[in-house]
Amino acid sequence: MNTELITASFIIGILAASIRLATPLLMAALGEIFTERAGILNLGVEGIMLMGALSGFLGAFWTSNLWIGVAVGMLTGALFGLLMGFMSITAKTNQVVAGLGITIFGSGLSTLLFRLTFGLRTTPPSLDIFPTLRIPLLSQIPGIGPVLFEHNILVYLTLILVPVSSFFLYRTRLGLAIRAVGESPDAVDTRGLNVSLVRYLSVMIGGALAGLGGSYLVLGSLGLFWTQMTAGRGFIAIAIVVFSKWDPARALLGALVFGLASALQISLQTLSVPIASELLLMLPYIITIVVLVSVSRRAEFPSAFAVPYYRGGEK
Amino acid sequence: MTAISEQIRHIKWRAIWRQVYPAALSLILALVIGGLLLLVSGRDPIAAYQSLLSGAFGSSNRFTETLVKMTPFLILAISVSISFRCGIWNIGAEGQLILGAVASTWVALSFSFLPPLIILPLTMIAGIIGGALWSGIAGVLKAYFNANEVITTSMLNFIAVYLLAFLVNGPLKDPEGFNFPQSALIDSSFELPRLLEGSRLNIAFIVALILVVAAIMYWRSTVGFRTEIVGASRRVARHIGLNVNWTIVLVTLISGGLAGLAGWGEIFGLHFRLIEAIAIGMGSLAVVVALLGELHPIGMVVSAFLFAALVVGGNAMERSAGVPFALVDVIQGVIILLILARSYIFRARAS
Repeated sequence: MNTELITASFIIGILAASIRLATPLLMAALGEIFTERAGILNLGVEGIMLMGALSGFLGAFWTSNLWIGVAVGMLTGALFGLLMGFMSITAKTNQVVAGLGITIFGSGLSTLLFRLTFGLRTTPPSLDIFPTLRIPLLSQIPGIGPVLFEHNILVYLTLILVPVSSFFLYRTRLGLAIRAVGESPDAVDTRGLNVSLVRYLSVMIGGALAGLGGSYLVLGSLGLFWTQMTAGRGFIAIAIVVFSKWDPARALLGALVFGLASALQISLQTLSVPIASELLLMLPYIITIVVLVSVSRRAEFPSAFAVPYYRGGEK
Repeated sequence: MTAISEQIRHIKWRAIWRQVYPAALSLILALVIGGLLLLVSGRDPIAAYQSLLSGAFGSSNRFTETLVKMTPFLILAISVSISFRCGIWNIGAEGQLILGAVASTWVALSFSFLPPLIILPLTMIAGIIGGALWSGIAGVLKAYFNANEVITTSMLNFIAVYLLAFLVNGPLKDPEGFNFPQSALIDSSFELPRLLEGSRLNIAFIVALILVVAAIMYWRSTVGFRTEIVGASRRVARHIGLNVNWTIVLVTLISGGLAGLAGWGEIFGLHFRLIEAIAIGMGSLAVVVALLGELHPIGMVVSAFLFAALVVGGNAMERSAGVPFALVDVIQGVIILLILARSYIFRARAS
């Protein structure tokens, strides 16, 4: 192991990479917070991220406009959220299995559409990603500057999304309504609010953000699409939500932990430490289990979590 | 004879039909949706499905290949169904199969001096233990730490895939394998006997059918009953004095053991060595086969056969008609959603 490589710039590199790697997880986790706060468990995040990645790729590839890619990715995510909403709110099916179905459907459909569009090629189609946006002055600060202020626009927007989500959840009427339908849907119903509508809205917000997370992988990070490219990030995002206690600020913390784990794993490989790369690749998944276990025992899920709402007399 | 016809008269055909036709309808609808996707993208769905059908049933060889594929699907579906009926959403069949394959191969390679009559049961047990330990992790974490099993089993799948990659590129790599990521071959005397000359159909298929009978008996046993009570309501189960946590652990151990057994069958009946691709896609297929079979042992025989045909035919379709195999994955997802929403769809139609 080459210890000379561990310098200040190396550590700065790892921290900056942690933020970049945390971004797609954070997007999906924020979305799932909205969904779960409204009382719906959407385990389809993985499939929705894959669909977001594919549609983001296609949108940007065909229009040569990255922002259209982002919009298409979010729209596709919202539509898949709508599908999850139909399964859980209207059809009142088992949400775990519905989520699995959506994950299997989304991962199959994204692969199929990609193959039908581009066929098998020796060089996969690629596109230029969002450029790095150095924030003037701030990026000059030694240490902090390159870690925090040398990213692409999607990273900054996601970081801003954290306080925005908190404000929305805790300080707006709609946020209150979302939290209320997850805790006590009958009370919301008696106040004359439409429980189903609020839940549909929440699960669609969740889908749109998962779709954004998927399209970030393509448009903000890799410039390519491949089968199963999310590699479990959808499930990791759900674990982050449990860790976050359904709070956006804590989700940021959770996402950074996983970002750091992934960044460490990658840099240990480049340092050629005497550990097989396959074992290093396990690290994020092992950490997910450890974190999930450490928080789950005392986790207080929303009271009406994963319970369909029947109005009086229905059923 | 009269006894049999008496038996047949007692079968509740209408009840069976009520169970079967939503599943059949879901399958047909999913195939239609898949066909529409092909049509929109400018492919010929009829030609695609024709090549799929001839790929699965076109010759006696294709047909036995379908039965070969059916073997792990059926075992994994039984494994998954036991968890599901207990309300444990174990999606870790893929990882558990890998661990079963790894454990049994390791035993066969390390004790190759033993006679086949000893090694076969020994490797079988090793496979069962390998799979059971892997799922047992998720079971213990679920029962005693309230950790969501969908997330833990999915993470364990990824870890198992990397573990397998590590082993076949490292400690278990075949020294004479021209640097391919695979283990050495097991001794040829350990290979499971073939059922038909010139086909790959082997004893593992019989093992799968025996497991169907075992599953039917399981659901009539006290343990099976306990499994279903815990699945129906944890609260009720606690109230009547059942040890819910232990039941959860036990059920995950049984599930994982079965998945490990499927891994054993794949190694000793088919591949004869560890390869990286041993379990690809098996996890989601197990879930779909179990759900389409209504979690019933006989139902899953039918759905495992149908999906084996889809997979074998789908591979042929990719080769001959150039239609991506991913179509089969899409059909899987659509079937799950349709099966789940069936009661809503049918209720809506009735009213």
